[in-house]
Amino acid sequence: MTGLLVAIPPLLPLLAAGLALLVSRIRHAQRVISGVALGAVLVDAAVLLAVVDSQGAVVLRLGGYQPPAGITLVADRLSALMLLVSAVVTLVVMLYALGQRVTDHGRTATTSFHPVYLVLSAGVMLAYLTGDLFTLFVAFELMLTASYVLITRDVTADRVRAAMTYVITGLTSTLLLITLIALVYAATGTVNLADLGEKLAGVDPELRGALSLLFLTVIGIKAAIVPLHFWLPDSYPIAPAPITAVFAGLLTKVGVYALIRVQTAVFAHQDVWHVLLVAALITMLLGALGAVAQDDVNRMLSFLLVSHIGFMLFGLGLFSKAGLTGTILYALHHITVQAGLFLVLGLVARHTGATSLRRMPGGMARQRPWLAVLFAIGAVNLAGLPPLSGFLAKVTLLRGGAASDTEMGVVLAGAAVVTSFVTLYALARVWVIAFWGTGREGPPDADRSGGELSPVMTTACAVLIGAGVAMAAFAAPLSAVADRAATHVLDVTSYRSAVLGGEP
Amino acid sequence: MPINLTLVVALAVLYGAGFYLLMQRSLMRVLLGIVLVGHGANLFLQAAGGPAGEPAKAGKGLDAVSDPLPQAMALTAIVITFAVTALLLALAYRSSVLLNDDEVQDDVEDRRLRQAPESEDEPASVISLREGDQ
Repeated sequence: MTGLLVAIPPLLPLLAAGLALLVSRIRHAQRVISGVALGAVLVDAAVLLAVVDSQGAVVLRLGGYQPPAGITLVADRLSALMLLVSAVVTLVVMLYALGQRVTDHGRTATTSFHPVYLVLSAGVMLAYLTGDLFTLFVAFELMLTASYVLITRDVTADRVRAAMTYVITGLTSTLLLITLIALVYAATGTVNLADLGEKLAGVDPELRGALSLLFLTVIGIKAAIVPLHFWLPDSYPIAPAPITAVFAGLLTKVGVYALIRVQTAVFAHQDVWHVLLVAALITMLLGALGAVAQDDVNRMLSFLLVSHIGFMLFGLGLFSKAGLTGTILYALHHITVQAGLFLVLGLVARHTGATSLRRMPGGMARQRPWLAVLFAIGAVNLAGLPPLSGFLAKVTLLRGGAASDTEMGVVLAGAAVVTSFVTLYALARVWVIAFWGTGREGPPDADRSGGELSPVMTTACAVLIGAGVAMAAFAAPLSAVADRAATHVLDVTSYRSAVLGGEP
Repeated sequence: MPINLTLVVALAVLYGAGFYLLMQRSLMRVLLGIVLVGHGANLFLQAAGGPAGEPAKAGKGLDAVSDPLPQAMALTAIVITFAVTALLLALAYRSSVLLNDDEVQDDVEDRRLRQAPESEDEPASVISLREGDQ
């Protein structure tokens, strides 16, 4: 019975995607199907989190093969937490996309949005649940191939180059991942994560270090770690707001999740890993400084996204319980707030017709007070001011850094504070230019919305921004779950015995 | 595990030529580079599976057959790289129709920001628009 809970999140969206293709001619049928499928995944993820938190990891052995043979799906607290937050984001962003009519492809109805979006969600869910390296590769491919289609839909002359860059970069990291799988298989003869951990322990430490670095490079491209981030600020802003939001919220965080899972369960780092900490330092600072230089709000947010990946690497690089708890909290916080801010700025762009700060008419706070409130809460949350979820996550991270007893930990904690201030500055610039002031006439016919705020889209933004407030309100139970999740992730033997041992 | 020298040389050539082509400016070469590295990666999976042997069927001894798992993985990887290469080809065609050339350019927005004035001065178009308002 609990096995079914693990099978639903990747399988149901895939089946729904096929069904949505079949019924594409019937009006509204696609919307109902994706709504029901993503809603069911959300309920399933909530139940799964409750089950996993009370009973420990749930393992599903597909086809009944005893691991390490066969495909294994594993849900522990970390997977379940990420699954729940991602399910919320996919559902909410889908509602927003319906409101914006991205799904309709301009004037004519289209068949492609819903199936592709469902495949993307299936890939994201599978990546959280997979128990072996090759299925992780398949999950990444499901997710990335769907994202290639979403980003190149309705592509125009000025965006086709950025779309190509996105596809080529994604494909290069995929080929490196296949290479890594081949190397790992040649060294150990297995791809099951739990089994790999045991077998790699007997391998030459230098080879193990090289494999670990290659995996960091692969994920570095996928999760946009500086200096491998160059493609992200060029390609994400070209897509419509909801698609950018789901990419920014989920795709990079799936990379971070994979990094956490593989570096702990497979490569079993025990001490502070300096390479990762240096990468975290550069990512935080360069991303934030890049954001300050930008003029286009979506590019600015993309640079902030890169910068805040650094926070998650910081906690992971410490390889301590406190640091990892901070990383998990930060990932949960960042998925919602980053997607929420992209959606809010999507609404701003929809009403002003501009994404460039130089062309923003200003005065949004007076004309659309609700939008201004949502942006303000999101911005303050991303910068990490108390009392919102960003503050909770950052305090946990800083504590982990201070408790690590290394100079690097303290340096990074300082850099994290600096980055937070630069983030606040970049977002305050948007606030002053776009929301403050008396407002002036924008370009004529800029408002593509018919004047009124769409209630569906505003609600979607409010849910994601409100999630940050809710996480802060329930900080105590959330921190406790994240703490237990981090303990389980670092306790590699319990993960191994959950997957390999026990009844078939 | 004994290493097959022919495979190693083939892999080195495929990866080397593939990544060299990936660095080129012409889109068609980049695409060919991806195809070459893709073949290299699939061949690498085969090499990782150990020495050649009988096809894996029931009734054969475990020592006689070759390892089927890397073959299954390579099949999956081939299908995926094939599909994405097809998508990339379609995109390259679209881009050559839209832009009439096949050079990969520097990022346009980056170049614009570099040339932008140091201060917060607005471009001429916005200033003229504002003057019109008054």
